[in-house]
Amino acid sequence: MTLPIVEVQGLTKRFGDFTAVDGISFEIRQGEILGLLGPNGAGKTTTIQMLLSLITPTAGSIRMFGLNLATHRETILSQVNFSSTYISMPYSLTVEENLWVVAKLYGMTDIPRRIDEVVKKLEMEEFRSKVTRKLSSGQMTRLTLAKAILTEPKVLFLDEPTASLDPDIAHKTRSLLKEVRRSAGLSVLYTSHNMREMEEMSDRIIFLQRGKIVAQGTAQEVMARFGERDLEEVFLKLAREK
Amino acid sequence: MEIFYWPFLDLVVWGFITVYLMRFQGQLPGVVTFFLGALILWDVLFRAQQGITISFLEEIWARNLMNLFASPLKPSEFLAATMAMSVFKVTAVSIIMAVAALTFYSYNVFIIGLWLIPFVLNLIIAGWTIGVLTTSLIMRFGQEAEVLAWGMVFLFQPISCVFYPIEVLPKWLQAIAWANPAAHVFEGMRIVLNQSAMPLMHLAWAIGLNLLFLTFMVTWFHHTINVCKERGLLVRVGE
Repeated sequence: MTLPIVEVQGLTKRFGDFTAVDGISFEIRQGEILGLLGPNGAGKTTTIQMLLSLITPTAGSIRMFGLNLATHRETILSQVNFSSTYISMPYSLTVEENLWVVAKLYGMTDIPRRIDEVVKKLEMEEFRSKVTRKLSSGQMTRLTLAKAILTEPKVLFLDEPTASLDPDIAHKTRSLLKEVRRSAGLSVLYTSHNMREMEEMSDRIIFLQRGKIVAQGTAQEVMARFGERDLEEVFLKLAREK
Repeated sequence: MEIFYWPFLDLVVWGFITVYLMRFQGQLPGVVTFFLGALILWDVLFRAQQGITISFLEEIWARNLMNLFASPLKPSEFLAATMAMSVFKVTAVSIIMAVAALTFYSYNVFIIGLWLIPFVLNLIIAGWTIGVLTTSLIMRFGQEAEVLAWGMVFLFQPISCVFYPIEVLPKWLQAIAWANPAAHVFEGMRIVLNQSAMPLMHLAWAIGLNLLFLTFMVTWFHHTINVCKERGLLVRVGE
């Protein structure tokens, strides 16, 4: 059995009286894609932000690569990256310039070769010299994804990575992620509101509701447990529970 | 802020300038020399502060802040980068102002001599201190505090005694001004221009106060980042 590369124990985040994440525990194994599901406000984004050291947990622990995130922040984050719909990149720089900045931030070497590789894989050649301000939303999504995989991370946090992408590019993106997972043993925490995508991509799923884990397992196990034919039905059932 | 802050500050600064001119009517040696030089040096401090604060704001506007703080970049490295950026901006603006002063008013900023070097260095550090303070406030209070990026430094202008000597201020305000490193720089500049003397004491005070305040402010910046991470404010300002 592969060892966990990400270990979360009793993770809690309270903002005053409001508990956004309530004592959740889970693992991500090497080469695994873990799907994180839940309605809006369930605590998915807060969980990812704690894993990226953008928010300090109220309680619990986060370990990656056997190291405690609280005490080994730079070492861990140099091997981690993320993509999110909440972020963008400096508008006055071109796509290629932005990727250079990211590569430098993470101390990469052989930057031109790596940028060429990523640009080709995400079919960004036609707009690699375009100023970021002028990108369409789909192109911007590809740029943030490029930024995430450019640094060859061991763990990737993807918050709706195929939002705004047309079906063709979305399919290619998913294939790329699976290929990188296969070749480099990449571990991924993946959120999406596209249930079909979650079924296709995730090895296991965690369902969050009001900050707690209410279901976990493979997609088939979760569907069987709730007696539903697909994840969307499970989602609707859980999301509508009072 | 526009309704009260700027008119109030304008009144305070020009009020003190008027008092200074009235007290020394017709007796101000090298008044053009002095005012232009003071303006150029004040701009060094202003641009040094802006270099730090605007760099931070640009990351917020670009929604790039989370990319930076979720990377291995340390807060100290971020500050060092913004300080380096401010030096570029100060250099560029100072060259333009010096050339314009020479062209339009035949004023040579180098009339101050080699004292210009320690004066400028101290003003840059004073600007950095205000810049780090402003950046910390924006991080803590969000985009509502963004206006401080342009307004904060002018709160220090009356007690920096840019255009008038400290003795023009009321006694209680003089005590506060003496704790301001920029005031020592401008007093030192007046001594060099009026008396051709060496303002060593003022320089020592400026250096000492700058080191003390900058150290405190950098420490406070790190503390503010921790508070913002605790309260989820870093992601709120970065989205």
